[in-house]
Amino acid sequence: MSNGSAVRLEGVRRLGATAIFLVRLVAASVPALARPRLIVNQIYNAGARSLIIIMLSGLFVGMVLGLQGFQLLQRFGSEDVLGSAAALGLLKELGPVITALLFAGRAGTALTSEIGLMRATDQLTAMQIMAVDPMRYVAAPRFLGGVIAMPLLAAIFGLIGLFGAQLIGVQLMGVDSGVFWSQTQDSVRLRDVTEGIVKSVVFGIACSLIAVYEGYNAERTAAGVGLATTRTVVASSVLTLLLDYVLTAAFL
Amino acid sequence: MVIDVRDVHFAIGGRSIFQGVNLTARRGRITAIMGPSGTGKTTLLRLITAQIAADRGQVLAFGSDVATLGTKQVYALRRRMGMLFQNGALLTDLDVFENVAFPVREHTDLPEPLIRKLVLTKLQAVGLRGAAELMPGELSGGMARRVALARAIVMDPEVLIYDEPFVGLDPISLGMILRLVKRMNEALGITSLIVSHDVQEVSSIADDSYLLSGGRVAAAGSPAQLRDSDSPAVRQFMTGGAEGPVAFHYPAPDYLAQLLGDV
Repeated sequence: MSNGSAVRLEGVRRLGATAIFLVRLVAASVPALARPRLIVNQIYNAGARSLIIIMLSGLFVGMVLGLQGFQLLQRFGSEDVLGSAAALGLLKELGPVITALLFAGRAGTALTSEIGLMRATDQLTAMQIMAVDPMRYVAAPRFLGGVIAMPLLAAIFGLIGLFGAQLIGVQLMGVDSGVFWSQTQDSVRLRDVTEGIVKSVVFGIACSLIAVYEGYNAERTAAGVGLATTRTVVASSVLTLLLDYVLTAAFL
Repeated sequence: MVIDVRDVHFAIGGRSIFQGVNLTARRGRITAIMGPSGTGKTTLLRLITAQIAADRGQVLAFGSDVATLGTKQVYALRRRMGMLFQNGALLTDLDVFENVAFPVREHTDLPEPLIRKLVLTKLQAVGLRGAAELMPGELSGGMARRVALARAIVMDPEVLIYDEPFVGLDPISLGMILRLVKRMNEALGITSLIVSHDVQEVSSIADDSYLLSGGRVAAAGSPAQLRDSDSPAVRQFMTGGAEGPVAFHYPAPDYLAQLLGDV
């Protein structure tokens, strides 16, 4: 077999293994719902602990959007629509996508290395010997925590981002405050909100699945856990951007 | 007979680990499985706890073939077993108390005061009641293993399985673990299965012992019988001699030729 087809075969194998893992994860998530405390802990870990990075990034992205948007729109004499441009951009694209990328780097890596180290130090095996299913106790609550945290984080990102755009557009560049907000209000439809929510939920499922899968299947060595963590970031980022295209096309 | 391993064959990735292993752990006794590193002692434990299945032969635990059990039955079986891992395998996000309480909380609906009493008595048995509030990261290797032992006995198992319980301990911790293993066996009547290559330590407490070598049981009997064996391989392992059938050197090309040659 040539090297190229071996790589492709390995890719297909991983895809299949991840899909099977997702089914097991969803099956384990149903009984895991009976233990809300574990899930709340994980929402705190993945969500609350990512808040600072999400809010800071949201502010800066919004400010850049305000600046660039203003420059561009000014050329056409239509800087009044800055509000709707920023709101739609943040709600439909930048909010879900950048949140997912940051989530993969902040929470995804933490999940992968934590679960990988639990595997390496026999904690998962010890649970199995104690007749506790680690899919139910470790994997499912972390997966659910990530899936619930992602839309919340994306919403916060969008909100702070809009504030940042307003900060630059209205306070600095002098767009009229009333025009900015009324434009924002007029142009955002329910469909746009739905698109943002659907995207962030899908990204949440994808990124949490990859992070938990990679950790759960990490090789039991320092190098193995490191490699799994890298894979989490790479695979989550690429998959997020790919899914973003697919979902954008689907919502047109 | 609590554990009965019958003519087990097992291979990983084409490499044969066991070719017909037979051994039994009898009720209320301490059974030692000894053997050099890499003879598959840990693999044997994985077979007994139904984490993997044998290619041929049977592993019977409490009279049932573990390979034929479904997931639910395997979990039911494991609730009758306790296992002590080499590094303790404590859950790093829970403190000592919660680690010991973990199996109780998972498997029972006991009221909190009862769980508290249960956990404290087990911690008292391993001498670590005062360490209940510590996190696993704050424990020494010996303490972590004693906490893991408390966790392994908290559900009152019928069998306790120890994976290399004496590795890497200072003499005081080692003595403590040895006495604990013996006491668990005598006071609670727990059947014990110890996998270890620390011949001296395990020989001092074992009732029956097996020596694994080359995928088979090379010798079986009481530790004294194994020491007096006339097989050179068994004697070499039991006394730790450099001379014997197991060579010190890994197979290599001729020493002089390699030193003088260009390669």
